[in-house]
Amino acid sequence: MIQFDNVSKRYPGGYEALIGINLRIERGELVVLRGHSGAGKSTLLKLLPVLERPTSGRVLINAQDVSRLPAGAIPYLRRSLGLVTQDSRLLYDRNVLDNVMLPLILADMPARDAKARVRAALERVGLAQHERSMPISLSGGEQQRVAIARAIVNRPTMLIADEPTANLDAAYAQDIAALFRDYNEAGVTMIIATHDERLFADRAPRRIELSKGRLVSA
Amino acid sequence: MTRWFALHGIALSRAVKRLTHTPLGTLLSVLVVAIALVLPALGYVLADSVARLAQGLSGQPEISLFMEVGADKAKVAAVERALRSDKGVTGLRYVPRDEALKQLASGSGLGDVTRALGENPLPDAFIITPHSDAPAEFTRLAESFRKLPGVAHVQLDTEWVQRLAALVSLVHSAVGALAGLLGAALVIVTFNTIRLQILTQRHEIGVSLLLGATQQWVRRPFLWFGALQGALGGLAAWGLLIGILALMQGPATRLAESYGIPLELGGPDLLGVAALIGFASLLGWLGAALSVRRHLHAAGERGDS
Repeated sequence: MIQFDNVSKRYPGGYEALIGINLRIERGELVVLRGHSGAGKSTLLKLLPVLERPTSGRVLINAQDVSRLPAGAIPYLRRSLGLVTQDSRLLYDRNVLDNVMLPLILADMPARDAKARVRAALERVGLAQHERSMPISLSGGEQQRVAIARAIVNRPTMLIADEPTANLDAAYAQDIAALFRDYNEAGVTMIIATHDERLFADRAPRRIELSKGRLVSA
Repeated sequence: MTRWFALHGIALSRAVKRLTHTPLGTLLSVLVVAIALVLPALGYVLADSVARLAQGLSGQPEISLFMEVGADKAKVAAVERALRSDKGVTGLRYVPRDEALKQLASGSGLGDVTRALGENPLPDAFIITPHSDAPAEFTRLAESFRKLPGVAHVQLDTEWVQRLAALVSLVHSAVGALAGLLGAALVIVTFNTIRLQILTQRHEIGVSLLLGATQQWVRRPFLWFGALQGALGGLAAWGLLIGILALMQGPATRLAESYGIPLELGGPDLLGVAALIGFASLLGWLGAALSVRRHLHAAGERGDS
Protein backbone atom coordinates (compact mmCIF):
# COMPACT_ATOMS: atom_id res chain seq x y z
CA MET A 1 0.00 0.00 0.00
CA ILE A 2 1.24 3.47 -0.95
CA GLN A 3 0.07 6.66 0.72
CA PHE A 4 0.89 10.29 -0.01
CA ASP A 5 -0.05 12.52 2.94
CA ASN A 6 -0.29 16.19 2.01
CA VAL A 7 2.93 15.93 -0.02
CA SER A 8 4.51 19.03 -1.54
CA LYS A 9 7.76 19.35 -3.40
CA ARG A 10 9.50 22.62 -4.13
CA TYR A 11 12.77 22.52 -6.07
CA PRO A 12 15.66 24.91 -5.39
CA GLY A 13 14.80 28.09 -7.23
CA GLY A 14 11.23 27.99 -6.00
CA TYR A 15 9.51 25.81 -8.64
CA GLU A 16 6.61 23.95 -7.00
CA ALA A 17 6.37 20.55 -8.66
CA LEU A 18 3.81 19.07 -6.25
CA ILE A 19 1.31 20.85 -4.02
CA GLY A 20 -0.61 19.13 -1.22
CA ILE A 21 -0.96 15.68 -2.76
CA ASN A 22 -3.17 13.24 -0.85
CA LEU A 23 -3.32 9.82 -2.49
CA ARG A 24 -3.68 6.16 -1.59
CA ILE A 25 -2.82 3.26 -3.90
CA GLU A 26 -3.72 -0.27 -2.86
CA ARG A 27 -1.65 -3.41 -3.39
CA GLY A 28 -2.10 -4.93 -6.85
CA GLU A 29 -3.58 -1.80 -8.45
CA LEU A 30 -2.77 -0.73 -11.99
CA VAL A 31 -2.47 3.05 -11.89
CA VAL A 32 -1.99 5.28 -14.88
CA LEU A 33 -0.64 8.71 -14.03
CA ARG A 34 -1.71 11.37 -16.50
CA GLY A 35 -0.93 15.01 -17.00
CA HIS A 36 0.76 17.43 -19.32
CA SER A 37 4.53 17.93 -19.30
CA GLY A 38 5.57 19.59 -16.05
CA ALA A 39 2.39 18.45 -14.26
CA GLY A 40 4.48 16.69 -11.60
CA LYS A 41 4.16 13.03 -12.72
CA SER A 42 7.91 12.31 -12.72
CA THR A 43 8.43 14.09 -9.40
CA LEU A 44 5.64 12.05 -7.82
CA LEU A 45 7.22 8.82 -9.05
CA LYS A 46 10.69 9.92 -7.90
CA LEU A 47 9.44 10.23 -4.32
CA LEU A 48 8.79 6.48 -4.09
CA PRO A 49 12.40 5.24 -4.55
CA VAL A 50 13.61 8.41 -2.75
CA LEU A 51 15.25 9.87 -5.84
CA GLU A 52 13.73 13.02 -4.41
CA ARG A 53 12.38 13.82 -0.95
CA PRO A 54 9.23 15.88 -0.37
CA THR A 55 9.56 19.41 0.97
CA SER A 56 6.63 18.65 3.28
CA GLY A 57 4.25 15.78 3.93
CA ARG A 58 4.83 12.04 4.12
CA VAL A 59 5.21 9.23 1.60
CA LEU A 60 4.42 5.83 3.06
CA ILE A 61 5.08 2.45 1.48
CA ASN A 62 3.58 -0.40 3.49
CA ALA A 63 3.19 2.01 6.41
CA GLN A 64 6.89 2.99 6.36
CA ASP A 65 7.61 6.70 5.88
CA VAL A 66 10.19 6.53 3.10
CA SER A 67 10.49 10.32 2.87
CA ARG A 68 12.47 10.26 6.13
CA LEU A 69 14.43 7.12 5.37
CA PRO A 70 18.11 7.45 6.31
CA ALA A 71 20.49 7.47 3.33
CA GLY A 72 21.94 4.07 4.28
CA ALA A 73 18.52 2.40 4.02
CA ILE A 74 17.58 3.80 0.60
CA PRO A 75 19.46 1.18 -1.48
CA TYR A 76 17.53 -1.60 0.24
CA LEU A 77 14.21 0.14 -0.52
CA ARG A 78 15.21 0.55 -4.17
CA ARG A 79 16.03 -3.15 -4.43
CA SER A 80 12.46 -3.94 -3.44
CA LEU A 81 11.03 -1.79 -6.24
CA GLY A 82 11.12 -2.22 -10.00
CA LEU A 83 12.02 1.01 -11.80
CA VAL A 84 11.63 1.65 -15.52
CA THR A 85 12.52 5.03 -16.96
CA GLN A 86 11.82 6.71 -20.27
CA ASP A 87 15.28 5.94 -21.60
CA SER A 88 16.25 2.37 -20.87
CA ARG A 89 19.38 3.37 -18.88
CA LEU A 90 21.27 0.24 -19.83
CA LEU A 91 25.03 -0.13 -19.52
CA TYR A 92 26.21 -0.22 -23.11
CA ASP A 93 29.58 -1.81 -22.38
CA ARG A 94 27.88 -4.92 -20.94
CA ASN A 95 25.77 -7.53 -22.61
CA VAL A 96 22.08 -8.10 -21.95
CA LEU A 97 22.72 -10.84 -19.38
CA ASP A 98 25.08 -8.65 -17.34
CA ASN A 99 22.69 -5.71 -17.50
CA VAL A 100 19.77 -7.70 -16.21
CA MET A 101 21.93 -9.41 -13.60
CA LEU A 102 23.10 -6.12 -12.05
CA PRO A 103 20.28 -5.81 -9.46
CA LEU A 104 20.92 -9.39 -8.36
CA ILE A 105 24.66 -8.76 -7.98
CA LEU A 106 23.82 -5.68 -5.92
CA ALA A 107 21.53 -7.86 -3.81
CA ASP A 108 24.46 -10.26 -3.33
CA MET A 109 22.79 -13.25 -4.98
CA PRO A 110 25.06 -16.20 -5.89
CA ALA A 111 25.99 -16.15 -9.59
CA ARG A 112 24.33 -19.48 -10.48
CA ASP A 113 20.97 -18.51 -8.96
CA ALA A 114 21.26 -15.04 -10.47
CA LYS A 115 21.79 -16.43 -13.99
CA ALA A 116 18.75 -18.65 -13.66
CA ARG A 117 16.66 -15.66 -12.55
CA VAL A 118 17.99 -13.52 -15.40
CA ARG A 119 17.17 -16.19 -17.98
CA ALA A 120 13.65 -16.49 -16.60
CA ALA A 121 13.21 -12.70 -16.77
CA LEU A 122 14.55 -12.55 -20.33
CA GLU A 123 12.23 -15.41 -21.29
CA ARG A 124 9.36 -13.40 -19.86
CA VAL A 125 10.15 -10.36 -22.02
CA GLY A 126 10.84 -12.49 -25.08
CA LEU A 127 14.59 -11.87 -25.28
CA ALA A 128 15.96 -15.23 -24.19
CA GLN A 129 17.95 -15.57 -27.40
CA HIS A 130 19.61 -12.19 -26.90
CA GLU A 131 21.36 -12.71 -23.56
CA ARG A 132 24.83 -12.39 -25.11
CA SER A 133 23.87 -9.44 -27.32
CA MET A 134 25.15 -5.98 -26.61
CA PRO A 135 22.36 -3.44 -26.02
CA ILE A 136 23.50 -1.27 -28.92
CA SER A 137 22.66 -4.11 -31.33
CA LEU A 138 19.02 -4.18 -30.12
CA SER A 139 16.10 -2.03 -31.26
CA GLY A 140 14.63 0.65 -28.99
CA GLY A 141 11.74 -1.62 -28.05
CA GLU A 142 14.08 -4.51 -27.26
CA GLN A 143 16.27 -2.27 -25.13
CA GLN A 144 13.24 -1.15 -23.18
CA ARG A 145 12.26 -4.80 -22.69
CA VAL A 146 15.76 -5.47 -21.33
CA ALA A 147 15.18 -2.58 -18.90
CA ILE A 148 11.87 -4.17 -17.87
CA ALA A 149 13.57 -7.55 -17.39
CA ARG A 150 16.09 -5.76 -15.17
CA ALA A 151 13.27 -4.13 -13.22
CA ILE A 152 11.41 -7.40 -12.60
CA VAL A 153 14.37 -9.72 -12.05
CA ASN A 154 14.33 -8.97 -8.31
CA ARG A 155 10.63 -9.97 -8.26
CA PRO A 156 9.42 -6.63 -6.91
CA THR A 157 5.91 -6.20 -5.54
CA MET A 158 5.70 -2.75 -7.07
CA LEU A 159 6.77 -1.54 -10.51
CA ILE A 160 7.18 2.17 -11.21
CA ALA A 161 7.47 3.25 -14.83
CA ASP A 162 8.00 6.80 -16.05
CA GLU A 163 6.95 7.17 -19.70
CA PRO A 164 8.23 3.68 -20.57
CA THR A 165 6.85 3.82 -24.13
CA ALA A 166 7.56 7.45 -24.96
CA ASN A 167 10.43 6.70 -27.33
CA LEU A 168 8.87 3.68 -28.99
CA ASP A 169 6.72 3.27 -32.05
CA ALA A 170 3.14 2.00 -31.68
CA ALA A 171 3.88 -1.72 -32.15
CA TYR A 172 6.71 -1.77 -29.60
CA ALA A 173 4.61 0.32 -27.20
CA GLN A 174 1.82 -2.27 -27.38
CA ASP A 175 4.35 -5.05 -26.56
CA ILE A 176 5.57 -3.18 -23.50
CA ALA A 177 2.02 -2.39 -22.36
CA ALA A 178 1.11 -6.07 -22.70
CA LEU A 179 4.06 -7.00 -20.53
CA PHE A 180 2.99 -4.56 -17.84
CA ARG A 181 -0.57 -5.87 -17.95
CA ASP A 182 0.76 -9.41 -17.45
CA TYR A 183 2.72 -8.37 -14.37
CA ASN A 184 -0.25 -6.55 -12.93
CA GLU A 185 -2.37 -9.67 -13.41
CA ALA A 186 0.29 -11.54 -11.46
CA GLY A 187 -0.35 -9.21 -8.49
CA VAL A 188 2.36 -6.60 -8.97
CA THR A 189 1.31 -3.02 -8.13
CA MET A 190 1.94 -0.90 -11.21
CA ILE A 191 2.25 2.88 -11.33
CA ILE A 192 2.84 4.10 -14.83
CA ALA A 193 3.23 7.69 -15.93
CA THR A 194 2.23 7.92 -19.58
CA HIS A 195 0.77 10.28 -22.15
CA ASP A 196 -0.89 7.35 -23.91
CA GLU A 197 -3.40 5.77 -21.52
CA ARG A 198 -5.06 3.89 -24.39
CA LEU A 199 -2.26 1.34 -24.05
CA PHE A 200 -3.85 0.09 -20.84
CA ALA A 201 -7.51 0.78 -21.68
CA ASP A 202 -8.44 -2.92 -21.83
CA ARG A 203 -7.49 -3.39 -18.16
CA ALA A 204 -9.55 -0.39 -17.03
CA PRO A 205 -6.79 1.04 -14.92
CA ARG A 206 -7.26 3.60 -12.22
CA ARG A 207 -6.52 7.00 -13.69
CA ILE A 208 -4.82 9.69 -11.64
CA GLU A 209 -4.42 13.10 -13.20
CA LEU A 210 -2.07 15.85 -12.18
CA SER A 211 -2.05 19.45 -13.35
CA LYS A 212 0.48 22.06 -12.32
CA GLY A 213 1.50 19.96 -9.35
CA ARG A 214 -2.02 19.45 -8.01
CA LEU A 215 -4.13 16.30 -8.02
CA VAL A 216 -7.03 16.86 -10.44
CA SER A 217 -8.62 13.42 -10.31
CA ALA A 218 -7.76 10.24 -8.48
CA MET B 1 33.25 -11.75 7.38
CA THR B 2 33.12 -14.05 4.33
CA ARG B 3 30.65 -11.62 2.72
CA TRP B 4 32.99 -8.73 3.51
CA PHE B 5 35.85 -10.50 1.73
CA ALA B 6 33.57 -11.42 -1.18
CA LEU B 7 32.46 -7.80 -1.63
CA HIS B 8 36.06 -6.59 -1.55
CA GLY B 9 37.00 -9.38 -3.98
CA ILE B 10 34.36 -8.11 -6.43
CA ALA B 11 35.52 -4.50 -5.93
CA LEU B 12 39.16 -5.52 -6.45
CA SER B 13 38.36 -7.34 -9.68
CA ARG B 14 36.41 -4.28 -10.93
CA ALA B 15 39.39 -2.08 -10.04
CA VAL B 16 41.78 -4.39 -11.92
CA LYS B 17 39.46 -4.29 -14.94
CA ARG B 18 39.49 -0.50 -14.87
CA LEU B 19 43.29 -0.46 -14.59
CA THR B 20 43.72 -2.82 -17.54
CA HIS B 21 40.96 -1.20 -19.58
CA THR B 22 43.18 1.83 -20.34
CA PRO B 23 46.73 0.45 -20.20
CA LEU B 24 48.45 3.57 -21.52
CA GLY B 25 46.67 5.88 -19.10
CA THR B 26 47.43 3.49 -16.25
CA LEU B 27 51.09 3.28 -17.26
CA LEU B 28 51.42 7.07 -17.34
CA SER B 29 49.73 7.49 -13.96
CA VAL B 30 51.91 4.75 -12.45
CA LEU B 31 55.03 6.44 -13.84
CA VAL B 32 54.00 9.81 -12.38
CA VAL B 33 53.52 8.14 -9.00
CA ALA B 34 56.85 6.31 -9.36
CA ILE B 35 58.76 9.49 -10.18
CA ALA B 36 57.14 11.30 -7.27
CA LEU B 37 58.27 8.46 -4.99
CA VAL B 38 61.72 7.78 -6.37
CA LEU B 39 63.12 11.24 -5.61
CA PRO B 40 62.70 11.12 -1.82
CA ALA B 41 63.49 7.39 -1.81
CA LEU B 42 66.78 8.05 -3.60
CA GLY B 43 67.61 10.91 -1.23
CA TYR B 44 66.86 8.68 1.72
CA VAL B 45 68.99 5.80 0.41
CA LEU B 46 71.95 8.10 -0.32
CA ALA B 47 71.74 9.79 3.09
CA ASP B 48 71.42 6.38 4.72
CA SER B 49 74.49 5.06 2.87
CA VAL B 50 76.55 8.05 3.98
CA ALA B 51 75.27 7.68 7.54
CA ARG B 52 76.27 3.99 7.60
CA LEU B 53 79.65 4.94 6.15
CA ALA B 54 80.19 7.56 8.86
CA GLN B 55 79.15 5.09 11.53
CA GLY B 56 81.60 2.50 10.18
CA LEU B 57 84.47 4.95 9.95
CA SER B 58 84.08 6.40 13.38
CA GLY B 59 84.47 3.06 15.16
CA GLN B 60 85.33 3.57 18.82
CA PRO B 61 85.54 7.32 19.36
CA GLU B 62 88.95 8.53 20.54
CA ILE B 63 90.73 11.65 21.77
CA SER B 64 94.28 12.43 20.67
CA LEU B 65 96.43 14.34 23.14
CA PHE B 66 99.68 15.90 21.87
CA MET B 67 102.45 16.98 24.25
CA GLU B 68 104.57 20.07 23.66
CA VAL B 69 107.48 19.31 21.34
CA GLY B 70 110.41 18.58 23.55
CA ALA B 71 108.36 17.95 26.70
CA ASP B 72 110.56 16.05 29.16
CA LYS B 73 109.86 12.54 30.36
CA ALA B 74 108.72 13.77 33.77
CA LYS B 75 105.94 15.86 32.22
CA VAL B 76 104.91 12.98 29.97
CA ALA B 77 104.82 10.61 32.96
CA ALA B 78 102.77 13.13 34.96
CA VAL B 79 100.24 13.46 32.16
CA GLU B 80 100.06 9.65 31.81
CA ARG B 81 99.36 9.30 35.56
CA ALA B 82 96.68 11.98 35.36
CA LEU B 83 95.02 10.24 32.42
CA ARG B 84 95.12 6.79 34.03
CA SER B 85 93.56 8.12 37.21
CA ASP B 86 90.69 9.79 35.30
CA LYS B 87 87.53 7.68 35.67
CA GLY B 88 86.32 8.94 32.30
CA VAL B 89 89.18 7.14 30.54
CA THR B 90 88.73 3.50 29.65
CA GLY B 91 91.74 3.00 27.34
CA LEU B 92 95.07 4.71 26.94
CA ARG B 93 97.85 4.22 24.43
CA TYR B 94 101.12 6.14 24.56
CA VAL B 95 102.70 6.96 21.18
CA PRO B 96 106.31 8.15 21.62
CA ARG B 97 107.46 10.77 19.14
CA ASP B 98 110.00 8.39 17.54
CA GLU B 99 107.30 5.80 16.88
CA ALA B 100 105.02 8.49 15.46
CA LEU B 101 107.75 9.52 13.03
CA LYS B 102 108.22 5.90 11.95
CA GLN B 103 104.48 5.53 11.39
CA LEU B 104 104.45 8.74 9.38
CA ALA B 105 107.35 7.57 7.24
CA SER B 106 105.93 4.11 6.54
CA GLY B 107 102.22 4.85 6.41
CA SER B 108 102.13 8.00 4.31
CA GLY B 109 104.84 7.47 1.74
CA LEU B 110 106.73 10.47 3.14
CA GLY B 111 109.80 8.44 4.07
CA ASP B 112 112.17 10.60 2.03
CA VAL B 113 110.78 13.78 3.54
CA THR B 114 111.07 12.53 7.10
CA ARG B 115 114.63 11.36 6.46
CA ALA B 116 115.49 14.80 5.11
CA LEU B 117 114.37 16.43 8.35
CA GLY B 118 117.20 17.29 10.65
CA GLU B 119 115.30 16.37 13.75
CA ASN B 120 111.92 14.78 14.71
CA PRO B 121 109.27 17.55 14.64
CA LEU B 122 106.55 15.35 16.15
CA PRO B 123 105.50 15.46 19.81
CA ASP B 124 104.81 12.55 22.16
CA ALA B 125 101.11 11.67 22.06
CA PHE B 126 98.41 9.73 23.86
CA ILE B 127 95.43 8.07 22.19
CA ILE B 128 92.63 8.04 24.74
CA THR B 129 89.46 5.97 24.61
CA PRO B 130 86.80 7.63 26.79
CA HIS B 131 84.43 5.57 28.92
CA SER B 132 81.39 7.26 27.36
CA ASP B 133 80.91 8.29 23.74
CA ALA B 134 78.45 11.04 24.64
CA PRO B 135 79.51 14.29 22.94
CA ALA B 136 79.17 16.24 26.20
CA GLU B 137 81.48 13.83 28.02
CA PHE B 138 83.99 14.08 25.15
CA THR B 139 84.01 17.84 25.41
CA ARG B 140 84.38 17.72 29.21
CA LEU B 141 87.36 15.35 29.00
CA ALA B 142 89.03 17.38 26.25
CA GLU B 143 88.71 20.56 28.30
CA SER B 144 90.20 18.93 31.39
CA PHE B 145 93.09 17.38 29.38
CA ARG B 146 93.97 20.76 27.84
CA LYS B 147 94.71 22.11 31.34
CA LEU B 148 97.34 19.44 32.09
CA PRO B 149 100.89 20.84 32.18
CA GLY B 150 102.93 20.16 29.01
CA VAL B 151 99.87 19.45 26.84
CA ALA B 152 99.99 21.37 23.56
CA HIS B 153 96.88 20.20 21.75
CA VAL B 154 93.84 17.96 22.30
CA GLN B 155 91.97 16.69 19.28
CA LEU B 156 88.58 14.99 19.16
CA ASP B 157 89.02 12.35 16.45
CA THR B 158 85.27 12.09 15.91
CA GLU B 159 84.63 15.75 15.23
CA TRP B 160 84.39 15.36 11.47
CA VAL B 161 82.21 12.29 11.85
CA GLN B 162 79.89 14.25 14.11
CA ARG B 163 79.75 17.03 11.55
CA LEU B 164 78.98 14.48 8.85
CA ALA B 165 76.28 12.95 11.04
CA ALA B 166 74.77 16.41 11.51
CA LEU B 167 74.88 16.91 7.75
CA VAL B 168 73.22 13.53 7.17
CA SER B 169 70.57 14.46 9.72
CA LEU B 170 69.97 17.68 7.82
CA VAL B 171 69.67 15.75 4.55
CA HIS B 172 67.24 13.34 6.23
CA SER B 173 65.08 16.29 7.29
CA ALA B 174 65.17 17.72 3.77
CA VAL B 175 64.29 14.31 2.33
CA GLY B 176 61.40 14.07 4.82
CA ALA B 177 60.07 17.44 3.68
CA LEU B 178 60.49 16.44 0.03
CA ALA B 179 58.70 13.15 0.72
CA GLY B 180 55.85 15.09 2.32
CA LEU B 181 55.52 17.39 -0.68
CA LEU B 182 55.75 14.61 -3.26
CA GLY B 183 53.41 12.46 -1.16
CA ALA B 184 50.88 15.28 -1.38
CA ALA B 185 51.50 15.36 -5.15
CA LEU B 186 50.76 11.63 -5.29
CA VAL B 187 47.49 12.16 -3.42
CA ILE B 188 46.57 14.95 -5.85
CA VAL B 189 47.43 12.80 -8.90
CA THR B 190 45.22 9.98 -7.60
CA PHE B 191 42.48 12.45 -6.66
CA ASN B 192 42.41 13.72 -10.23
CA THR B 193 42.58 10.26 -11.81
CA ILE B 194 39.61 9.13 -9.75
CA ARG B 195 37.74 12.36 -10.52
CA LEU B 196 38.11 11.64 -14.24
CA GLN B 197 37.04 8.04 -13.70
CA ILE B 198 33.94 9.11 -11.82
CA LEU B 199 33.10 11.53 -14.64
CA THR B 200 33.50 8.85 -17.32
CA GLN B 201 31.51 6.34 -15.27
CA ARG B 202 28.76 8.69 -14.15
CA HIS B 203 26.16 6.76 -16.10
CA GLU B 204 27.14 3.40 -14.59
CA ILE B 205 27.27 4.92 -11.10
CA GLY B 206 23.86 6.53 -11.57
CA VAL B 207 22.30 3.29 -12.86
CA SER B 208 23.85 1.27 -10.03
CA LEU B 209 22.53 3.69 -7.38
CA LEU B 210 19.11 3.64 -9.05
CA LEU B 211 19.03 -0.15 -8.84
CA GLY B 212 19.98 -0.24 -5.16
CA ALA B 213 23.76 -0.04 -5.01
CA THR B 214 25.05 1.22 -1.68
CA GLN B 215 27.54 4.08 -1.52
CA GLN B 216 30.11 1.57 -0.30
CA TRP B 217 29.50 -0.62 -3.35
CA VAL B 218 30.20 2.34 -5.63
CA ARG B 219 33.18 3.59 -3.61
CA ARG B 220 35.07 0.34 -3.07
CA PRO B 221 36.39 -0.17 -6.64
CA PHE B 222 37.67 3.43 -6.71
CA LEU B 223 39.45 2.96 -3.38
CA TRP B 224 41.01 -0.27 -4.61
CA PHE B 225 41.94 1.48 -7.84
CA GLY B 226 43.76 4.22 -5.92
CA ALA B 227 45.51 1.71 -3.67
CA LEU B 228 46.51 -0.52 -6.60
CA GLN B 229 47.77 2.42 -8.67
CA GLY B 230 49.79 3.58 -5.66
CA ALA B 231 51.19 0.09 -5.08
CA LEU B 232 52.16 -0.26 -8.75
CA GLY B 233 53.76 3.19 -8.55
CA GLY B 234 55.70 2.06 -5.46
CA LEU B 235 56.84 -1.06 -7.27
CA ALA B 236 57.92 0.97 -10.30
CA ALA B 237 59.70 3.44 -7.98
CA TRP B 238 61.65 0.55 -6.47
CA GLY B 239 62.67 -0.60 -9.97
CA LEU B 240 63.74 2.93 -10.90
CA LEU B 241 65.64 3.26 -7.63
CA ILE B 242 67.55 0.03 -8.24
CA GLY B 243 68.40 1.21 -11.77
CA ILE B 244 69.57 4.66 -10.65
CA LEU B 245 71.68 3.20 -7.82
CA ALA B 246 73.27 0.73 -10.25
CA LEU B 247 74.18 3.65 -12.51
CA MET B 248 75.57 5.68 -9.60
CA GLN B 249 77.45 2.85 -7.88
CA GLY B 250 80.53 2.89 -10.18
CA PRO B 251 81.25 6.64 -10.15
CA ALA B 252 80.38 6.93 -6.43
CA THR B 253 82.72 4.07 -5.51
CA ARG B 254 85.58 5.55 -7.55
CA LEU B 255 85.07 8.95 -5.92
CA ALA B 256 84.97 7.46 -2.43
CA GLU B 257 88.00 5.25 -3.07
CA SER B 258 90.03 8.29 -4.11
CA TYR B 259 89.58 9.42 -0.48
CA GLY B 260 90.36 5.93 0.81
CA ILE B 261 86.73 5.38 1.85
CA PRO B 262 84.82 2.17 1.02
CA LEU B 263 81.34 3.13 -0.16
CA GLU B 264 78.44 0.78 -0.95
CA LEU B 265 75.20 2.35 -2.24
CA GLY B 266 72.73 -0.17 -0.86
CA GLY B 267 69.11 -0.15 -2.08
CA PRO B 268 66.25 -0.62 0.37
CA ASP B 269 65.94 -4.03 2.04
CA LEU B 270 62.79 -6.14 1.88
CA LEU B 271 61.20 -4.20 4.72
CA GLY B 272 62.10 -0.92 2.99
CA VAL B 273 60.52 -2.09 -0.28
CA ALA B 274 57.39 -3.20 1.57
CA ALA B 275 57.27 0.17 3.33
CA LEU B 276 57.67 2.02 0.01
CA ILE B 277 54.89 0.06 -1.67
CA GLY B 278 52.67 0.21 1.42
CA PHE B 279 53.17 3.96 1.79
CA ALA B 280 52.41 4.55 -1.90
CA SER B 281 49.36 2.33 -1.66
CA LEU B 282 48.12 4.19 1.41
CA LEU B 283 48.55 7.57 -0.29
CA GLY B 284 46.75 6.26 -3.39
CA TRP B 285 43.90 5.05 -1.22
CA LEU B 286 43.79 8.43 0.54
CA GLY B 287 43.66 10.34 -2.78
CA ALA B 288 40.90 8.05 -4.02
CA ALA B 289 38.94 8.36 -0.76
CA LEU B 290 39.08 12.17 -0.90
CA SER B 291 38.07 12.21 -4.55
CA VAL B 292 35.22 9.74 -4.10
CA ARG B 293 33.97 11.66 -1.07
CA ARG B 294 34.06 14.91 -3.02
CA HIS B 295 32.66 13.74 -6.36
CA LEU B 296 30.22 11.00 -5.42
CA HIS B 297 28.57 13.29 -2.92
CA ALA B 298 26.83 15.01 -5.81
CA ALA B 299 25.31 11.72 -6.98
CA GLY B 300 24.56 10.94 -3.33
CA GLU B 301 21.30 9.21 -2.71
CA ARG B 302 19.75 10.45 -5.94
CA GLY B 303 21.22 7.79 -8.18
CA ASP B 304 19.91 9.58 -11.24
CA SER B 305 23.10 11.26 -12.43
